[in-house]
Amino acid sequence: MLAKRIIPCLDIKNGRTVKGINFLSLADAGDPVENAVRYSQSGADELVFLDITATVENRKTLSSLVERIAAAIDIPFTVGGGIRSADDAYMLLSRGADKISVNSMAVRKPEVITEFSGRFGSQCVVCAVDVRKNPAFPSGYEVYIDGGRTPAGLDALEWTRRCESLGAGEILLTSMNADGTKAGFSNDITSAVSTALSIPVIASGGAGTMEHFRDVFLEGNADAALAASVFHYHEIDIIDLKRYLQKHDIPVRLNSLVG
Amino acid sequence: MTAVVDYNSGNVRSVMNALSRLGADAVLTADPDQIRRADRVIFPGVGAAASAMAELEKRGLTEVLREYERPFLGICLGMQLMNSFSEEGNVSLLGITPEHVRLFDRAAGDKIPHVGWNEIQVSDDPLFKGIADGTWFYFVHSYYAEASERTIASCSYAGVTFSAAIRKDNFCGVQFHPEKSGGAGALLLKNFLEVK
Repeated sequence: MLAKRIIPCLDIKNGRTVKGINFLSLADAGDPVENAVRYSQSGADELVFLDITATVENRKTLSSLVERIAAAIDIPFTVGGGIRSADDAYMLLSRGADKISVNSMAVRKPEVITEFSGRFGSQCVVCAVDVRKNPAFPSGYEVYIDGGRTPAGLDALEWTRRCESLGAGEILLTSMNADGTKAGFSNDITSAVSTALSIPVIASGGAGTMEHFRDVFLEGNADAALAASVFHYHEIDIIDLKRYLQKHDIPVRLNSLVG
Repeated sequence: MTAVVDYNSGNVRSVMNALSRLGADAVLTADPDQIRRADRVIFPGVGAAASAMAELEKRGLTEVLREYERPFLGICLGMQLMNSFSEEGNVSLLGITPEHVRLFDRAAGDKIPHVGWNEIQVSDDPLFKGIADGTWFYFVHSYYAEASERTIASCSYAGVTFSAAIRKDNFCGVQFHPEKSGGAGALLLKNFLEVK
């Protein structure tokens, strides 16, 4: 049985983790490598790093960071934020990132999805899609770009289907309505996208309790769930969460060789 | 010395990183003589079977790999290339084992590619020393090697039970990515490095 994945997300600014993780034993709460190692040892199935500065001068910092992360951890990781060209993507993948994620650029130039998947393989290409409720759209959700500032005029379901047909390997679906609320994932749109597509869907936004994770797998039909603050601030321990999910008959990676 | 075969096959850095974490003396090489002389060979790979076979031909490596006599480990596409034929591009492979590589059936209702952590069932083989049935490994693939008497670990997905790992004499191969499979993957690589 394929496991449902639990994915902590780390925001990176100038090569440092924003909202440093409060692991007691960390020497430096803002060091992404130390954070990554800690997560990989505490049951995370995969990690996502989002570079939120993403300026040209920061690309070098990011690529050397990716190299250090790849040397230190032995679980897959995705890097996103500010990837503007196949060369940007290649730089991150060649330094050891397993996947790269694209968001606004893919909406503006959808052909990059095909270009990237053709060159690197679709398994490397994650389309990050931010959506917000809008009853004027058939799925009830509209796609937003530029970090949620600009409505893209696209229906969430229609756009994610297009991402798949263009060659995306995975969808990282963030509900802007749920993000930051800790009131639960948006299971309605997650399920609509996950059941319509044949590529995996990572649900993001709204995680506050273990029940929310259970619900996004059972009701949202998500293949993976991503969260940041509940893990950073130890509100939820990943192993405890997996034990809880296992009790609800949700397949999770949990055994003595997890770490 | 462990030779990691370099044939422009994608993310070999992860494999080198994993070997480095285990303290292994490993070199990434396409030099046939260096590969022939190596104490063991790791044959990684992601991507498409046909272009990988063409690249091996171009580098004069197909016979070198077929004739290698010490411990050999194919990973992901590397493992698939050990078989005789792939439906991916309808291409002949190295033929170290006679099995065919097939595409998962979408009609089974599971998402293709098979991406993520799945459990395997293992048999008694030095490669799986200390690794129990039900241990999770990380997979990323759309094609699979059909199960046979050479299967030493199996996995089920999309309505089929396929080879998660195979062995024929000194040759073994794993469909999953040990270099991305946490502690379980590290243990498997360690087992391989200790095989005499």
